[in-house]
Amino acid sequence: MAEPMPDFTPVILITGCLGSGKTTLLQRLLREPALADTAVLINEFGEIGLDHHLLERIDDTMVLLQSGCLCCTIRGELSAAIKDLHAKRERGVVPAFRRLVIESTGLADPLPILSTVHADPVLKHHFRLGPVIVTVDAVNAMGQLDRQPESIKQVAVADRVVLTKTDLAAAAMIDMVADRIRRINPAATLRRSADQDVDAQALLSPGAFDGNGAERWIAADVPPKPDSHQHGDRNRHGDDIRAVAFSLDDAIDWTTFGIWLTMLLNRHGDAVLRVKGILNVAGTDTPVAVHGVQHLVHPPTHMRAWPDADRRSRLVFIVRGLDPQAIERSLRTFSLAPTRAASSASAELAC
Amino acid sequence: MCALCGILGGSDHWTDAVVRPGVFTRNTDAAARRRERMHRVAAANRILKYFSMSLADWQGTSFVLSTSTGKTELVDDLSHLWSAAERLGGKPCDPLDEKLIASLERDCG
Repeated sequence: MAEPMPDFTPVILITGCLGSGKTTLLQRLLREPALADTAVLINEFGEIGLDHHLLERIDDTMVLLQSGCLCCTIRGELSAAIKDLHAKRERGVVPAFRRLVIESTGLADPLPILSTVHADPVLKHHFRLGPVIVTVDAVNAMGQLDRQPESIKQVAVADRVVLTKTDLAAAAMIDMVADRIRRINPAATLRRSADQDVDAQALLSPGAFDGNGAERWIAADVPPKPDSHQHGDRNRHGDDIRAVAFSLDDAIDWTTFGIWLTMLLNRHGDAVLRVKGILNVAGTDTPVAVHGVQHLVHPPTHMRAWPDADRRSRLVFIVRGLDPQAIERSLRTFSLAPTRAASSASAELAC
Repeated sequence: MCALCGILGGSDHWTDAVVRPGVFTRNTDAAARRRERMHRVAAANRILKYFSMSLADWQGTSFVLSTSTGKTELVDDLSHLWSAAERLGGKPCDPLDEKLIASLERDCG
């Protein structure tokens, strides 16, 4: 019997620097029979679009947006294209797709794309954000991360990073790139792509934004335990992006957390590239997962069970130009009343 | 739509998420919503006190933000609270402000 269609179609964003292997990855994913019911939306920067020709399957569920960079010029076109696909699906003009993959230009800032899907008054009733997948070229990544601020931001907001061209890069270089990615975004899963070993199902699974997938991502992406962190400033690459992970021993008052996070994002939303965590919320037996990218916070997910025996709330913040320790101290202080926080461990990572 | 204020639909801010499978929300029924609103007013006032402002429930649908000099503004949810507070107070409401944190620490003894 055919699997029922999901209530909300996940929208998966694949982004990464120019030439980092986004189209190659997408080609491989679309060859998987299990992913046949996938609609694809490709955005190209430039007058002549080529990427959609490189993909083998050309039909009505593959759309090319060609009028510019997705993040800055054609958000209206993106919204219209997704609505058009949805309308055609409803009318049976195109096959009933289960997921939508957007391949953006290498220049794109992911946030406006995510915001379009999240906030559009029509789209938000039919689509939900899925994972952000970022391709990083193992051969050229160090230079790109040094020279292109967009590439650092792309890594910072990624849920899953695919390290491409690992068959062309030296082992030491791959380790160096992987280490740098980990410093920028310790909460993202990192896969090394040596051509045949990408698990398409796992890569495109709904992940953090889907209640059914929360246990899966938290098992993979759970913020590292504080005692496993290295302390001190390791900002050797000169990036001003830093990651901080910390835990709170006592249950969090949900209302106070909401007031604190909305206040933080109102003032520093542009600088909080990523927040991700599982919370022990006072009055609930199972954890609540929170997940945000800059000003955009996804509906909190009520997980079915704790991923392990640890009942502490664990949070990861990836910030640009903010003092990570100030964030931790602020949340602890806000949490002092009405649920006074007890002792807890903390750690900081610098990118 | 609210016939009085013309607001379309309800808030879809993450702190007031709509009930659906897998989503954590206190927006489950009338009693839970009212309880959460009362708690939210108390928790917000603990912070707003530092900025000489206060928040009160308005008809169970919005909140009234007031300054000590009598300026008021209606806010729908937490997504609008802090920008309104900065506008009315004329200064940033920064949770990382050392003076605010020290003040809250003093309040908690």
